[in-house]
Formats: sequence, structure tokens, C-alpha cells
Amino acid sequence: MRQERKAWLYLLPAILFLGAFLVYPLIDVFIYSVEEGYNFASQTYFGVGLYNYSYVLHDPYFLQAVKNTFLLVIITVPLSTGLALVISLALSSIRPLRDLFQTIYFLPYVTNTLAVGLVFMILFQKTEYTDGLINLMIQWFGGSSVDFIEGPYWAKMFVLCFYTIWVVMPFKILILTSALASVNPDYYKAARVDGTSKGRIFLRITLPMISPMVFYLIVTGFIGAFKAYSDAVALFGTDLNAAGMNTIVGYVYDMLYGDSGGFPSYASAAAIILFAIVLTITCINLLVSKKHVHY
Amino acid sequence: MKIQLQHLTKTFHSPGRKSSGEVVAVNDFTFEIPDGQLIGLLGPSGCGKSTTLNLICGLERPTGGKIFFGDRDVTDLPPELRGVGMVFQNYALYPHLTVRKNILFPLENLKGKDRLSKEEMARRVDEAASLVQIGELLDRKPSELSGGQQQRVAIARALVKMPHVLLLDEPLSNLDARLRLQTREEIRKIQRATKITTVFVTHDQEEAMSISDRIVVMKEGVLQQIGQPQQVYDDPANLFVAKFLGTPPINVFDGQIQGGMLHLGGEAVLPVPGIPDQRVTVGIRPEGFLPQADGPLSCTLSGVEVMGRDISVVASHPACQSPTLRAIITADAPVDRSAQSVCFALKPEKVFLFQPDSGCRIRSVP
Repeated sequence: MRQERKAWLYLLPAILFLGAFLVYPLIDVFIYSVEEGYNFASQTYFGVGLYNYSYVLHDPYFLQAVKNTFLLVIITVPLSTGLALVISLALSSIRPLRDLFQTIYFLPYVTNTLAVGLVFMILFQKTEYTDGLINLMIQWFGGSSVDFIEGPYWAKMFVLCFYTIWVVMPFKILILTSALASVNPDYYKAARVDGTSKGRIFLRITLPMISPMVFYLIVTGFIGAFKAYSDAVALFGTDLNAAGMNTIVGYVYDMLYGDSGGFPSYASAAAIILFAIVLTITCINLLVSKKHVHY
Repeated sequence: MKIQLQHLTKTFHSPGRKSSGEVVAVNDFTFEIPDGQLIGLLGPSGCGKSTTLNLICGLERPTGGKIFFGDRDVTDLPPELRGVGMVFQNYALYPHLTVRKNILFPLENLKGKDRLSKEEMARRVDEAASLVQIGELLDRKPSELSGGQQQRVAIARALVKMPHVLLLDEPLSNLDARLRLQTREEIRKIQRATKITTVFVTHDQEEAMSISDRIVVMKEGVLQQIGQPQQVYDDPANLFVAKFLGTPPINVFDGQIQGGMLHLGGEAVLPVPGIPDQRVTVGIRPEGFLPQADGPLSCTLSGVEVMGRDISVVASHPACQSPTLRAIITADAPVDRSAQSVCFALKPEKVFLFQPDSGCRIRSVP
């Protein structure tokens, strides 16, 4: 009994903080999302129901945001993880200059997102005065120039994905190089004695050995990409709806504080929908991992 | 298959050490391992025994010299073309695969005309598993096995390819003492049953002596002595070999030869005919002492340890290089335990003479 009381006492700070800053807001958001016709000024509402969800799900801006977010997730998570794996494998198989390359690959991680976004914008944007560096290069190869920042949808999506991959890669490379380094070299020696081919060594030994780390990167990659917002702002400015490049989190923000904002009920409904999506995807990830991840 | 090493040398570059630059791990090895024998590579850690094993295996390329399996020069062949099986110190079992898949792994690598049918592979796995008696563990993961069981799985994985040569790197060092005794017998039995030429590395002289047909004693990359365990024990080539073999270890004294007699601390203890007068280092095996009331070597008695069949007399002598010396004598020998001192006669065949500086053996000429 005494022991139990002590245990609760020790848990109290964590419970208080998590309760106040995590559980309570979550419940509050859920309550907001079902209050119909909520008035911010008078703090009153007409009734309880699912109208907010219905509104959000019929809002073309929200649908555009969902489409953008899903595209971003589907393109960037596999590509960035795969590329990071290739680069990590290359890094761990070279000896000279490894430290230098590791530092270079890690640099994007410590640079500011908005600053990087600005650089990307300058690289990709086409203005009246200049076509930008990327367009210059496209022209060298005989292509015609495209405005990646204010041009067609696919071009904007391409820049956003490119930028996201570039930003998330350093961390993945860092995690994967250390995961690769932690594989006991005796496994590779044993495989060599048995004449195992390089491809088979990678698929049957290396990949299963680092699978927990790859899985971790995929799960956090999914969650991170679903929550993307600042990347889009860095490239396309704050009026993302006009640019057609909004994300779900961007939509929530706009609903709260944007020029047409002030609708916490709609924002909450959108946030709950995002929460449901992320939860579903993470659960699917966990289920899939049971078969393919070896701890 | 007979293994022949000819002037085998391996040097490593060590970028860390600026002064030396190179480390000679294996220095000019020439010896032959007869077909079907069990050979123990023995030496303290860092003596190059694992490197020698890796060279035989093909994981390392020699800097100089040649390796022959039978009449075939395998020096430039990769491991898989040499027909070797290797068991690693930590077993290197793939943790995510079941025991069956671990043993199957080497067979799945075979390509072209060597490729076996599914049934043949399964038959070979079962055969290897039953040889090391792990038939009932085939569907478990390595983490669910004890150390001894993992060891057997590793041996089965090495044997499943039916190699000409089996190599074991410190096969017993990860096992507890009781399992070690049992497993070394097991290794001996498997080797006898398969008649595969087997080389194993160990730093434990007892382990090497107990199961090897021959032992190869190494020190700092240099071959010290090769021979049958008893022969090496009874006739060590130098002080290092004499000190390295035997438990309890050999007792080492500073001595002097004068007029054909060996003197220890002023006492003439043993006639050594035909050896000129000089300073010597003397090694006396613990079983080389005979308690005798009028024995020439008198030591200060510090204690007697009863071991059942034998007793171990712990004593000290001014000429002894270590603070205490240890003599193993039969339990019924007349030793007065309350006495201050004890006198011994020496068995000449258990006393070895060495040059004090080089440690080389000085042999008496009859």
C-alpha cells in the first residue's frame, strides 16, 4: 500500500504535465470539433454534431491539402529512406574522407529550414529578370524553362518533395550509418566464408540487422511528412491555399489564424481527421513490421 | 586434406602508430598439417594465431608465402573456393534466422552446377544437425539457445557444405567451465567422426593439449614449437613454451652450472654432464620434485594444499624467480606439514635448462 502510494507520487509530475499539455488539449480539440456554430467571441454554440467534419470534408481547400499531403508522404518517405540507405551504405564502404562526407551530408540538418527554403526558391524561381539556376541548367540540356514556384502544379510539387527529401535526409543518414556500423563484422566474415554474394549479404543479413532502425525512420518519416507545413511556407509563402500547395497542418493553421480564419471548430475537425490518418498509418506500419522487423 | 604453409607472412599497416608503421602478425610460418588431424594453434592473445586461421580460411591475403590444400595452391583463392568451414568465436549465427535457415544459408549460396535440389539441401541440413545433436532445435531462433547449443549450430553450419578443412576460432572461450569440458570432447568426437582436417585457435593450453593431435605454439607472430602435446610438454624448445604449457606452471629459477653440477642458490642440486660452466635459467615442472629428507634442494615451506590424489606443496626458495614455487607430489609422500622447511630431490627429466637472455634450451650432451 505504502509502496503503491510512493509509486503514484513519483508518477505525479509526469501525469500532471502530460495531462495538462497533452491529454487535456486533445480532449478539448475533440470537443471543439463537435460543437456546431461555435462563436469565438461569445464562446457559445448551437448544438453538438458532425457538421464541422462534413464542412471540412467538403471544403475544396481541405481536399487539396489532403491530396498534397498524401502525395508528399508517398513520394518523400520511400525516396528519402531509400536514398539515405544507399548513401549510408556507400559511406560505410569507403574509408578515406568518410568523416568529411559524413559532415557534408549532415550539414542540412543544422541549417535553418526557412533559410534553406529561401535558397531553394532562388534556385528554382523564374522571374522577369532571371530564369534561375535550375532553369539555366534545364536549358543547357535543351529543355524549356519552367517556373517551379508559381508555375504548374507538378513543378511546385516536385520542388516541395525535393526540398523535403533534402531536409530529412541528413538525420536518416546519421541513424543508418550508425546502425550499419553496429552490425558485427563477424556476420559478414561468416557470409564471405560461405561465398555469399553482395546482394544476398545486403538482403539477407544487413537489411534484417538494421530493420529496427529502418522501421523507426519509416514511422517517424510518415508522421513527419503528414505534419509538413513549414516546408511549404518556406517555398511558397504563407498564402498556401492560393498557391494550391497547402498541407493539412497548413489548413488547420489557416482556419485558426489565416486571413479567412477564426474557425476553431473547423480547425479542430481537420486536426482530428489528421490524427485519425496518422494513427491508422502508424498502426498499419506496426502490423507490417511484425513480419519484417527483427529486434 | 593435408594443409601446407610455406613461409607464410602477414604484415598489417597500422596508421595509428607512426613510429613502427607495420606490425608483423605472422612471421615466416612453414609447417604441415597432416590429413585428418586436429591441430591446436596455441599462444597468448595477440600472437597472430587468429590471423593464421584467417589466412588459412582466405579471409586475409598473405603478404608473402604460400598455402597448399593437398597439392592445390589456394593462396589466391577466395574462401568459398577453398572448401573451408569456419566457426567464429561469437558463433556469428544470424539472429533473425531460425537454426534450420542458419544451417541452410551456405547451401543456398551455391550456384550453377553445385546447386542442390531442395530435398538434397534439407537432407544435408538434417544430417549436419543430427551429427551435432541439435535435431530438435531446428525451428528455434539462436537467441533461444544456450551457449553450448549455439556453438553446435555454428559447427553444423560450417559442416553442412562438407568442407575439406574445418577452422574454429576460440571455440570454447564463450562457454562456462563445465560446458567447456563437455564441448571439447564433443569437438573431438565430431572431428573423429568426420575425419575433416581441423584447425582450432585457443589461448588455453589445457584445452589445446587435451584434444589436439598436434599443437602449434606461437608467440608474437613467430612459430615456437610444433608437436604432439605430450612431446611438446616433455621437451619444450624454449623457456616461453615451457612456461606456457602446464598447470600449475613450471617453476623458474636462476641457476649456475659449475663443474657439471647445477647449482641453485649455492646448493649443488643435480648433475648435468657435458654442459660448460655458465649462468642458466632453470625450469622445473611441479611434478619434478621428490620430497626427501636429505634432498639437495631445501626450501622454506609456506603451506600444503590437499587435492585428494595429490598434494600441492607451496614453498619458497631464494633462487626462484617468483615468490613461491609449487610442487605436486603424491598424497602419501612424507612431508612434515608443521616443519619450517622441506627438502627435495629433482627428477632430471623434469628439469630444463635455458639461456638466461634468449630463453633458448640448453641440452645436455650425454
